[in-house]
Amino acid sequence: MLTDIFTIIQKEMKEILLQRGSRRAGMLNMLLMVGVFGIFIPLQSASMWFDSPLFPIMWSWMPVFMTTWLVADAVAGERERHTLETLLASRLSDRAIYLGKLGAAVLYGFGMALTNLLVAAVTVNLIRFSADGLRFYPLDLFLALLVFTVLACGLLAGAGVLISLRAATARQAYQRLSIVLLALWLPLILGMQFLPASWKEALSRLFAGASASGILLIVSLVLLAIDAALVAAGLARFKRARLVIE
Amino acid sequence: MSNGIIIRTQDLARSFGTVRAVDGITFEVDSGTVFGFLGPNGSGKTTTIRLLLGLLEPTGGRAEVLGADTMRDGDAIRQRCGALLENTGLYERLSAEENLDFYGRVWHLSAAERAARIRELLSGLNLWERRTETVANWSRGMKQKLAVARALLHRPQLVFLDEPTAGLDPVAAAALLEELDQLVHQQGVTVFLTTHNLNEAEKMCERVAVIHQGRLISIGSPDELRLRQGGGRLEIVGRGFTEGVLAALRQRAEVKAVSQENQHLVLELAGEVDTAPLVQILVAHGVQIDEVRKGKASLEEVFLELVKE
Repeated sequence: MLTDIFTIIQKEMKEILLQRGSRRAGMLNMLLMVGVFGIFIPLQSASMWFDSPLFPIMWSWMPVFMTTWLVADAVAGERERHTLETLLASRLSDRAIYLGKLGAAVLYGFGMALTNLLVAAVTVNLIRFSADGLRFYPLDLFLALLVFTVLACGLLAGAGVLISLRAATARQAYQRLSIVLLALWLPLILGMQFLPASWKEALSRLFAGASASGILLIVSLVLLAIDAALVAAGLARFKRARLVIE
Repeated sequence: MSNGIIIRTQDLARSFGTVRAVDGITFEVDSGTVFGFLGPNGSGKTTTIRLLLGLLEPTGGRAEVLGADTMRDGDAIRQRCGALLENTGLYERLSAEENLDFYGRVWHLSAAERAARIRELLSGLNLWERRTETVANWSRGMKQKLAVARALLHRPQLVFLDEPTAGLDPVAAAALLEELDQLVHQQGVTVFLTTHNLNEAEKMCERVAVIHQGRLISIGSPDELRLRQGGGRLEIVGRGFTEGVLAALRQRAEVKAVSQENQHLVLELAGEVDTAPLVQILVAHGVQIDEVRKGKASLEEVFLELVKE
């Protein structure tokens, strides 16, 4: 089954690279993302990039959101382009197809996030080497970031594939996924704005006392639970007998 | 299941809500043959293929493909089958070679096997020179050929071809059929071909089944179907077709129908009958005969007759 999952991942990656029409356009799109999140923003923050963990946390996983379109396209796109039924008529198991599609989205998002983190480190070192010497992220923060990014990609991919399963077109899936993401983030951001001052203070104290990597790991544990639930739901829902008639 | 039978269905049925897309069909397909599954649009052909591939669960009856039950062993069936379904199912952003390479990996062909097989199939279908081109830019005929190559890539024992020439112009369709026929005979596979193009069914199929509104209405070789529906016909070109001679012909038991247009008289016959007495009637009534042609009804005429019934 691992071979089958890898075969699907490989095909999805090729399609991701070609979704803008040509390999060159696909590569340029990726380079653009690295340019913004791996060079431009770290340049703006300079040595703050390593001093404040918030910068790498916030910006490095922005590309995760870029996978939204990919996961929306995963099933709904194949259905729309009439390639899904042929895939389902092959020897591949439902599980291998589902996990392959999920894996491709996670791998892409994680790959972009890791690339951005590494390019950002090089960028900041290039401009600040004479003043600060050679620097890198604290190891615990870097590892926590990697774990967090994988799980955040898993969350998006898990939810995206589930939504994609129910959508008629990739566009519809993308719109629905965007609404879900907005519905998740908006209450969080607005809620923070309207929290009583005493609560905000208490929260600040709590976060000030904890390490960034520790907080990331706690969030990661929550994400892990949600990811597991989403994958279980996806595996239960991804059945060819249903997909063929939908 | 005997060794010679590759597909066997027993009262196979599938409903979608109140619609009975496939309504209790029973048939068998012999190994190594081209079996035609004929029917108008929406008659249940594609649903039957989906049932046979284990992509859909039947709501009644059962089917065995390659000795495996479609309900229980769908994976085992798909492992040994190839399919060209309603749509080509090609990844248009990828090249022809990448499309085949992906499906070669899906069927666990080794790198060397994939390379050799891709070359063999694309060369056989005159697509080798264009293998690196993106499929999106290809004509429909080329895409259909590539989809046929994909269906045969892993040397399946049984191939389902769902209207492989649909949407092709007559030249492209004829070319595809010829190449398909060669490939099928070279590879020795069994083909389950659905079509509403009866000429191609007549050319390619040893046996055909006619499905209409989900029901199987006839099955046999094209000749058997013709015979069962009457089949024979006599065409006379001449002058002097009076009402009297037409009435005399209509009275004959072996004549099912008489139609006349200008100097052309067509007699639909009840099976293979001796036509000399009919010609004698014409001569006796003073008909001046220029030409007499004895022929068989085409499969298309048989099909239309069956569907009309």
